[in-house]
Amino acid sequence: MSNQRESGTGETTYREAIRAAIREAMLEDPRVFLMGEDVGRYGGCYAVSKGLYEEFGPERVRDTPLSESVFVGAGIGAALGGMRPIVEVMSINFSLLCMDQIVNNAATIQHMSGGQFNIPLVIRMATGAGLQLAAQHSHSLEVLYAHIPGIRVVAPATLEDARGMLATALEDPDPVLIFEHAGLYNRPGQIAADAGAVDIDRAVVRRKGEDVTLITYGGSLYKTLDAAAALAEQGIHAEVIDLRSLRPLDEATLLDSVRRTQRAVVVDEGWRSGSLAAEVMARISEQAFYDLDAPLARVCSEEVPIPYAKHMEQAALPQTETIINTVKKCFGDRND
Amino acid sequence: MTEFLMPSLGADMEAATVVEWRVKPGDAVKRGDIVAAVETDKGIIDIEVFEEGILQQILVPVGEKVSVGAVLAIFNGADQKSSKPPADPVEKEQPKPVPEPTQADQNAVPTPTAEKSTQRISPAAKKRAKALSVDLANVKGTGAQGAITTADVEQAAGNAKPDAMRQAIASAMSRSKQEIPHYYLATTVDMTDTLDWLAEKNASLPVQARRVYAVLLIKAVALALVEVPELNGYWVDGQFESSDQVNVGMAISLRQGGLIAPALHDVQGKTLDTLMAEFRDLVNRARAGRVSRAEFTEASVTVSSLGEQGVEMMYSIIHPPQVAIVSFGSVIERPWCVDGAVVPRKLMNVSLAADHRASDGHRGALFLNHVSQYLQQPELL
Repeated sequence: MSNQRESGTGETTYREAIRAAIREAMLEDPRVFLMGEDVGRYGGCYAVSKGLYEEFGPERVRDTPLSESVFVGAGIGAALGGMRPIVEVMSINFSLLCMDQIVNNAATIQHMSGGQFNIPLVIRMATGAGLQLAAQHSHSLEVLYAHIPGIRVVAPATLEDARGMLATALEDPDPVLIFEHAGLYNRPGQIAADAGAVDIDRAVVRRKGEDVTLITYGGSLYKTLDAAAALAEQGIHAEVIDLRSLRPLDEATLLDSVRRTQRAVVVDEGWRSGSLAAEVMARISEQAFYDLDAPLARVCSEEVPIPYAKHMEQAALPQTETIINTVKKCFGDRND
Repeated sequence: MTEFLMPSLGADMEAATVVEWRVKPGDAVKRGDIVAAVETDKGIIDIEVFEEGILQQILVPVGEKVSVGAVLAIFNGADQKSSKPPADPVEKEQPKPVPEPTQADQNAVPTPTAEKSTQRISPAAKKRAKALSVDLANVKGTGAQGAITTADVEQAAGNAKPDAMRQAIASAMSRSKQEIPHYYLATTVDMTDTLDWLAEKNASLPVQARRVYAVLLIKAVALALVEVPELNGYWVDGQFESSDQVNVGMAISLRQGGLIAPALHDVQGKTLDTLMAEFRDLVNRARAGRVSRAEFTEASVTVSSLGEQGVEMMYSIIHPPQVAIVSFGSVIERPWCVDGAVVPRKLMNVSLAADHRASDGHRGALFLNHVSQYLQQPELL
């Protein structure tokens, strides 16, 4: 049992699956190390790295000063120096402090060095709302990074992806940002004993359907799957696509589905304006306009700083019910 | 010689498709004559000529899309002086289209445009309409924001469709009768107690949850097939492949004619309530033309009934590659012997048509026996 827990297989949680992935990477490759605020003695703000400090020691599980710019910059330097750093940024809101390092250095050095230097850096951070952590710890800003050429942006939603994306990200010669939805850390489930590395560039159909395509990622996946199950009982069979990779976007999978279903609704916990949902919709209308049988639609967060009060926070976020209603509107009279 | 140019029919118009020529080479035209119709983003618009002359040559055939200012045709002008010098076509393309009410009152522009632009049509529906040659003017939109959807177009095309459907039925049934050695068995089932049981159950259910007895028939067939699996599956490449699931295809006649047999999946494991909901949903969608491919192609057996039309007994033709079809007649009250006395009972005939390559009459008889028993013990369904 404890062996299974350590390897992150069998009965596990999203948190444990990520920890198992970090542990495995550190066991397999001496160049891999973890650094970030409170990742060591404290075990990580979301307890992801709990136990790793004791196992690997302060050299390889490094507590950093409270300066995102410093420790992400140090990660870039370490990557340049041949290491394989995993840098944890506690919350996506805090990552704005190191955005300069990510956007101006990590994303550009390969280009600006004429291909001489790669940055094999992995940055993990928690994103998303739902835990009553208020407006400075709850936003979904991953679209800001999905905008930037030169980095890869992924969002594991399932236990398998939580377990398997890190290894592939570490293999990548260029920077990879992994966005872990804070609301998923406690999510329990079973994963196969041999669960391991997974690809990080394809979207995956999580539920088959032929009437409408629901496109989502990260923490919104389960709300979307619940909506699809409820819709099926009302005779609307929704296909659910988990984007997994936010940059680059796997257009082929999206377009293939939308061309079959002829309708699409994007569910994105980010704000509507300039959202990832907007980008997905734009690409669909650019490439599948003549296959559409209804206007594209989306369910995003309300355009407010995410509130602290539970009822207000929930009201600001995409919910299963809003997804269901938005989907039904795509069918007009048919479901009156 | 005058060049007749694609007019600009609005500030945002860049190009249009010629959809009709109303004149042919040699025809004489005068100022104000409608000579062609073009399709812009806003609809089909008639275009007129502004000079007198004889059409010499059409340069842009019907169906071709050209930009504003392109030369559509050449006229031999009767009045050479008024023709513009053939210089840069973009500069000289101003045949003043719409706002010329003083003359050419017959300018037929506004009516069709106005009507077209109020009707929303989904991009996919527009494409489908073109493929099916459906005139969208007569189609009612039921989609989001009242738009015409592909389903609307396909429904409108429905009158033309039975031909294709007729062909499909013709070829499947011909193939069946040519290839499949059918054998037929029939029996009579006393439905009296079962229908009483059903009525009693339904009395306590809200109207929308009430079960129709067709669902009992489907379930009974599925359970009996579990016990006689050689009737449930497909004859493929000279041998029988049994199906793990019992997917019961239901022959549904369509209002506009024709017949389809979409399937309820995995019937043997579902409760009557689940089946009732799926049955209702499937019939509705089948009649609306919205059945998924899996529902169309994965039936492992078919059930058919013309009981509602008073047919007492039917012997059906197997739908290949399936190997059996079960048919139910109407329930009729008749004199029947029970325990040595003649009493009125509600009776129903059931017949099996089966593929003799896959099963023998003995097994078919066993199957009918099971169906009959299940139907008389509805609490097992």
